[in-house]
Formats: sequence, C-alpha cells, structure tokens
Amino acid sequence: MMKKYSAVVIGGGSAGLAAGITLKENGIEDVLVIEKDDMVGGILNQCIHNGFGLHTFKEQMSGPAYAERFKMRAEEVGLNIKLKTMVTHIHEDRTIEYVNPQEGYVTIQADAVILAVGCYERNRGALAIPGQRPAGVYTAGQAQRYLNIDGYQVGTKVFILGSGDIGLIMARRMMLEGAKVYGVAEIMPYSNGLPRNIKQCLEDYDIPLYLSHTVTNIYGKDRLERIEVSKVDEKLRPIKGTEMYFDVDTLLLSVGLIPENHLGDEAGITMDPRIKGPSVDENYMCSIEGFFACGNGLHVHDLVDYVTLQAQRAAMGAVHYLKNGKPQEKECRVMPGKGVLYTVPNRIHPHNIDKTVEFFFRINEPVDEAIITVRCGERILRQVKKKYLVPSVMERMMFAAKQLADVDGDITFEMEAVSHDE
Amino acid sequence: MTNKVLTCVGCPAGCRINVEMEGDEIRTITGNTCPVGEQYARQEAVCPMRILTSTVRITGCPYRVLPVTTDREIPLASVDEVMEIIRSTVVEAPVSFEQVLIENVLDTGANVIASKSMPAA
Amino acid sequence: MYDIVIVGAGIIGTLMARELSRYRLKTALIDKESDVANETSMANSAIVHTGYDPEDGTLKALLNVKGAEMYPQLCRELGCRIKQTGAYIAACGEEEEAHLEILADRAERRGIEYAWLSNEEAHIQEPNLSDHVTRVLDFPTTCVIYPWEVAIAAAETAVKNGTELYLNHACTGIDRTETGYVVHTKDRDLETKMIINCAGIFADELYAMVGTPDFEIKPRKGEYYVLDNTVHFVKHIVFPVPSAKGKGVLAVPTVYGNTLIGPNSDFSDPEITTTAEGLAYVRENITKTLKNIPLNMSIRTFAGLRPSGSRGDFIIEEAKDAPGFINIAGIESPGLASAPAIVEYAIENLIRPKTPLEINEDAVMTRERPVVMSELSEEERTEMIRRDPRYANIVCRCEQISEGEVVACINRPCGARTVKGVKKRVRPGMGRCQGGFCEPKVLAILSRELGIPMTEVVLDAPDSRILIRENR
Repeated sequence: MMKKYSAVVIGGGSAGLAAGITLKENGIEDVLVIEKDDMVGGILNQCIHNGFGLHTFKEQMSGPAYAERFKMRAEEVGLNIKLKTMVTHIHEDRTIEYVNPQEGYVTIQADAVILAVGCYERNRGALAIPGQRPAGVYTAGQAQRYLNIDGYQVGTKVFILGSGDIGLIMARRMMLEGAKVYGVAEIMPYSNGLPRNIKQCLEDYDIPLYLSHTVTNIYGKDRLERIEVSKVDEKLRPIKGTEMYFDVDTLLLSVGLIPENHLGDEAGITMDPRIKGPSVDENYMCSIEGFFACGNGLHVHDLVDYVTLQAQRAAMGAVHYLKNGKPQEKECRVMPGKGVLYTVPNRIHPHNIDKTVEFFFRINEPVDEAIITVRCGERILRQVKKKYLVPSVMERMMFAAKQLADVDGDITFEMEAVSHDE
Repeated sequence: MTNKVLTCVGCPAGCRINVEMEGDEIRTITGNTCPVGEQYARQEAVCPMRILTSTVRITGCPYRVLPVTTDREIPLASVDEVMEIIRSTVVEAPVSFEQVLIENVLDTGANVIASKSMPAA
Repeated sequence: MYDIVIVGAGIIGTLMARELSRYRLKTALIDKESDVANETSMANSAIVHTGYDPEDGTLKALLNVKGAEMYPQLCRELGCRIKQTGAYIAACGEEEEAHLEILADRAERRGIEYAWLSNEEAHIQEPNLSDHVTRVLDFPTTCVIYPWEVAIAAAETAVKNGTELYLNHACTGIDRTETGYVVHTKDRDLETKMIINCAGIFADELYAMVGTPDFEIKPRKGEYYVLDNTVHFVKHIVFPVPSAKGKGVLAVPTVYGNTLIGPNSDFSDPEITTTAEGLAYVRENITKTLKNIPLNMSIRTFAGLRPSGSRGDFIIEEAKDAPGFINIAGIESPGLASAPAIVEYAIENLIRPKTPLEINEDAVMTRERPVVMSELSEEERTEMIRRDPRYANIVCRCEQISEGEVVACINRPCGARTVKGVKKRVRPGMGRCQGGFCEPKVLAILSRELGIPMTEVVLDAPDSRILIRENR
C-alpha cells in the first residue's frame, strides 16, 4: 500500500525547512521533508560566515546559526524529516520515489509537492577553460565544504575566477587560514558579488579584483602549477597580448549557480530558461498542478532571507491549493522587458491573489539611478526611481491584489537608466 | 579636509557612504540610507570593526571542525591574532548552540561562540 | 623471471594480458599511469567502427572488420556495455556523395551491412542533420562502448588469472640479457623472456630502449565536448564524409547517454590539453553535418592523443633488431575497434611461434558485471539493499550512484585507487555537477577503504592530491 502525505517537501535546506514549518504552522498535519544529507540546513552548513538573517530575525548571524534556528523551530512543530534519503524520481501524478538505507526504494503519494532542491555550481567543464587537467581546480563551494565541514585545506597559493559571493567569501576565508590569494578575475566589467563582500572580503585583505579578465589557460600535470589570465574585450573574448601568469596551486571557480532541476525536468515541469528553474505563478505553483517550487532550485538567490520568504509563500500556496484546488481563470504572463533579466513569479492569475503579490526581479547591468516601469500593454501599473542597482542584488516590488484586479494581458518589468549629463 | 568613500557592510544593500574628515574628526556623513550606515561609517572611519567567523577543532563527534563566530565585532586589526587563538582551540562534543567557547577573546570584549549545536557521537 | 612483460595498459595491453592469461605463463602488465586505460584509451570517440573506412590491403582493414565482429561476444564475456547505435555518414553535395560510393563498395566487399538513406529519410531519423546534407550512408551495426570499461574488465580478468599488474611503473630503461630482457622501473626490475610493446604514444621511445626504431609515433591530438545526458541530440553516430585528415568532427551518442562532439586533428601540440583553437575548430566543423548543436549543455571538454604511426598502417611485428621484443604500435583509429583482433593476430603470428602456449584450465575468462543499481529490477535492487544497505546510500546525485557501488569498485581486482579511477568505474563526477557534490564523499570512501588519510587520496597521479593538509 502506497503511503500518502498531504505535502512532501523535497530538500531540507533553508527553503525546504521554511516550507515544511509553514505547512505545519498552517494546519497541514502530514508533511514529510526529504533530505539527502545527514543533516538539515543544506548549503548553510558550510556558509559559516556572517550576514544571514537580517530580514528574517532582525540580526546578522552565521549560516549554521540561521539553519539552527529553523532546525529548532522544525522540532517545535514536529516536522517529519527523513535524512540521508535521496529522491530518485518524481512523476506528474505526484508520486515520489526515494531511497535510503533503512527502507530501500520506496514510492509515496503526495497531494502537494514542494520542490526545494537547491542548485549546483557551474564548473570548469561548462566553462571549457583550455589547458591541462590537474588537481587543484575546485568550485568555490567544493573548497568551502572541504574547509568548513570536513576541516581540510585545499591549497596555499590561490586564485579565484568569478566574483560571485561564494568566491569572495572564500577569498577571505583562505587568507584567514594562511593561504595567499593572488587575485579574483571577473569576466564582466562589474562584480557579481554583493558590494559588502567586495569590501570586507577583498578590500580588507588587499586582494586585487581584475574586472574584464578571465582564466585562459591552466598548467600542471598532477597538481595545478600556474594559470594564465587575460583581459577580455566587450564581447568577452580574450585579448592577445594581455596575458598575466600566476604561479598558484589552487584555482577556485565562482562562476555561477544553476538550479538543479533534473527531477522536475523528468516529470515534465515547464522551466523558465531565464532562471533555469520552474515557471511559477503567484502561489509558486509550477506548470503541473500540485507542484510548487522555491529556494535556489527555483532561481538563484543572493540572500537566504529571501529564500525563506519565498519558501513560506510557496508553502502558503500549497496550503491554498490543498483547500481550494487550482485557479480556473486564465493566467497573465509576467515578462522581463528592457534592462530586466527575469521576474519571479513569471505568470499570475490576477483574481487568485490573496491580498498581495511580490515580484522579485534582477536588472541586467549596474546603474547609478534608474526608473523601473511595470506595465500592462500601454498602461503603466507602477513607475519608481531607484538608486545604485546591480545585477547581484535582487529587486522586489509588492502589489496589492486590487491593483492587479483588472490586468488582462502580459505584465512587463522594464528598467531604464537615468543619465546625469552635467 | 579629506574624503573617504566607504561601502557599508551593515546589510546587503551595500550603501556607498561619503565621510568628510578633518584630521581625525568626522565633519559630515552622507549617502547612508539608515542609522546603521551612519554608525558603521563613524566606526569605519576611525577603527574598522568586523565579525570574525571560523572553525575550531572538535573531538568526540563524527566531525573534525565546529563553526564558530565572535558574538560581537572585533577590531579588523586584531583578526590575525584572534585567528591564532581560534586555531589552537580544541573543544569536545557535546556543544550547545551559541555556547561560549572562548571568553573575551584577546580582551576585545567579544566571546567566540558555537554557530551550531553538536551532539556527542 | 617472467615469460612476458607487457608495457602499456591501454586497451591493447589489457586485452593482451587477458588473452595471455588463458595460458600457463608468468606475465606482468606495467604502466606509468596510476590506472589502466588512462591515456589514449581514456580519451577517444568510443566507437566500434565496422571497417568500411581503411584502405584495401592494410592491417587496419583486416583487423577492423574482425575486431568489430569480436566485440559483442567480448563485451558479453567481460560484462561490459555495448550499444548498437548505427553510424550515419552524411554527404553534402555530389563530390562527397561520390566518396560514399567508395565506402559502400568497400563495405560490400568486406561483408559489412550498410544502407542508403535519402536526405528526407535521414532527416526523419535525425532531425538535427544539417540542411546541407544531401545523402546518407548508414552502417547500422556500428556500436559504441565504454573503452576504459573494457580495458578495466580485461585487466581484472587477467589479474584474477595471475597476471601481475604494476601501475605507476614507468619503464626507465631496458637491458638485454642472454635469455631476454630486464625491464627497469623506479620500484622494481622485471626480468623477462619477451616484451610486448603496447606503449601507445610512447611506443617508439620504448623501442628505442632496445633497438633502432624503424617507425615514429606522432601524437595527434583530438579535442571533444561532452554534452549532458539529458540532451538527446542524435540517435546515431553522425560522421561527415572522411577525408585525408581523418574521420572529421562527429557526434557520438555514448553508452550512458552523453553526447560527444569532436574531435579535431592536430599534430602541432602533443600535450593532453584542450585549447581555445581546437575547441573552436570543433564548434565550427560540427555544423557541416549537424544543426541546433546544444553546446550550452556541454558539461566537460577533454583532449586525447592518437598514436599515429609513420607508416600509416598498424605496426604489429617483432623488432628486427631485438628478438622477443614485439611492437604493437601506431594503433590509432580504428584501433579501438580492431583491438581484440590485433591481440589475436599478435598472439597467433608473433607469440605462439616463439613460446609454448599451454592452456591453463583454471583460467576464468569471463567477468561478472559489477552491480549497477540503475540497471537492476525493483526486486534485484531490494535484494541488494537487504544484503548491503550501502547500496541505498546515494553519493552521486547526478548519476544516482550508491556508496555500495563505489566501495565495490575499490575492492575488486584492479580496483580504483584514485578519484578518477572511481569515476571511470562507476561514474560519480561524470554528470552535470562534475564532482562538485560527490567528490568529497568519494574521497572519504577512498580514504576509508584504502586505509589512508584524506590528504593522501589523489585525483589521478601520485602527486595529484586534492587536500593538502588537515586544517585544525
């Protein structure tokens, strides 16, 4: 007999825990959270640095501490969590196959499924960096795990490709552990990390940031010995004659995160190519009824606080669905227009919105000042001026249900830089 | 008169704050969007302070290291010395969440505390 | 005193070791690398060509046709995967179509199955064929294998039958003795009556240790992209019409569902390195026969060196100036396809006449396929987990590989000793994340099973440590 649950959350990281707790808090009794690792908290466990929780707890704390707070709350609400359990397949009918050493392979049925599956790091393979294949090339997160969870050092002379936050955090972390970090190269003309991390991870430690530079060759037969770094042109192509060489034994790659959506793909859930995660509506429901998505498996966040927030909303979406079923009305698409990379959610049912809906979006290049316009056809729904926008910081905009009640077509988010010619 | 442009680390917004100084004296602070920013700028201009996070060696559990953090900011200039102390610290499981592991480290007034609980094996 | 020392544990050396382990011989198989099949046999197109390509009268033609016929049986015996994908040779325009006629004629005479497909028929089968393609010649019996899987299985069989395997043993010199040779390595000297030179791109250098080489090996580089196995780009191997430069840039659907795109062909840079130029060549030239190429789904690039011999053909002969020194050299494409036949040819023509080959009744020539959880039925999986719950602990999310499978591949004869060795045998690290998640777990399992500290686990070569010290 197949075991049935009202809701199953796949993933016990920051998103999964928040979703599971919210489900319990809102009267859903039989909730199961499935986590592949031997502890909950996911990637937070290796993010030992400070800076989490300002929105959620009104104080700054470390990643493990943030996870610990949720773990304690999960215990309070009696959240059922299966550790060391890997979901192998999910299906359109909301059956879920998982495996663990205690039970072997098991298939269960859920009324609602929340995907909180996290993301993986872009790596050397995807970048196709030319050269040899020595040991000593790691993704930043991999090195972070070795250092912060396993307690091992990966190298002494370090270069970092990519100015994503994990790379910046790792630059400081490696310096504090006695390694020398020779520099960070970023292929774009601006950093992809949060401004505060540039300040406290690079500037505090005098680590140079090479903007518009990338690694163009890797040398070393057994262990990394040297890398070649070149300047790139506007089309991001390396410029001959600009090569610099660094004799390092370690190269960390912090070149982007990609939502891990093998399970969702297999089940036939529609992905939004802009976020590489599921397309979701105002309740974070995916294209297949009863599936919800949140966390870095939906789109990559820069702040765990927003992961928590969206996971709670996805859980509320699931609660709403379990009570009311799926919305019957026609949906409107929410599209990124000029200057905007993506929006989440990327479609809404205007009359299904419970009080408010918040849109998260990213702009495509740093601007000192810009006008954000949200429109439906010719009609401007909102227009605001914002300062110091960067792609690495997610923007948010809240709408009341009544403000969108008479929307009847696609909604577009646009960003236009304000120029200050004096 | 000297000008310092600071990136606030008080929150993820990372405001750019302009501090006008005359000698050691702060004349004006502009560009911050909240009181945290002003406080940060005032401190940063004279003595930068940072939260320090790291790991200590732990025994008596399946893990080799335990994440730790200072429970308040310490002078950036003393980070290296505090790291020395953290490096030579060994704790034994069980450890409770936010348990004080090193009291008033290097007389900074900050304690080094556990970032997570760790039950014994 | 060994009867035979085989130098080089690639596909030829390992299959040779297995075949010789049928007989009562004292045999050693040595390689400079940390694992068998770690160079040319690790990085190639993985294709068992049917034998239509080599020119008449060559050893390549003779042994390719024969070797391809031997593979299905060999893979059954060794518990290795082989997938019959078929191969499309796609011609663009009249000149190339004329060349297809030559290939079809050869196939006809050599008894190789083939079929003509019109442009339309071919496009129905392979929607991503380029619009420039005008006619296709199909070789439906063409297969793909996992080359190092066959080599590892062959080495394992040989080791079980008594062959001594010495990895990380580079041959540093060879001395002649009254009865044969002494093969020197840093760690041991091996005295032997006969040497079989299977040293791949170093075959001429090895020969030069005992004689004056009458051939030269020129490494010819090929670079590839590997696409994620969720991408179903082609069902068949798709070739352009071959030219003097080789078989051209192809798309290969491999046994585990990843697609290979490559290779280029470059004599100028004999290093196992990928290059911006080489990969650009691949990107450009694949568009000759295919369109909608999903290179954005590439998860890895790699380079391999083909041991191109100066004579054009395979070199399988006893050295004229060194009796008992057998050269098997210049084994470039279709070397993989020909490998079982090359070994048979060398034994029958060069070894048997010189050494009595007495059958060893105890030799077991088959190898049971290691447990691959994803290949088992539900009942079989349940039974495996009941016996060993580690088969339910998934360590690799991308490829869904269990701890049990990793442990087993370490503890077999010719087992994995390195992170790359585990990857070659059971595939953690072959997926999208490229080891981002599973490498720490694999590393810990290797440390535990081999009884060595985490800091001594290596990626591949003895100096390729992943963790340099305990931190705390």
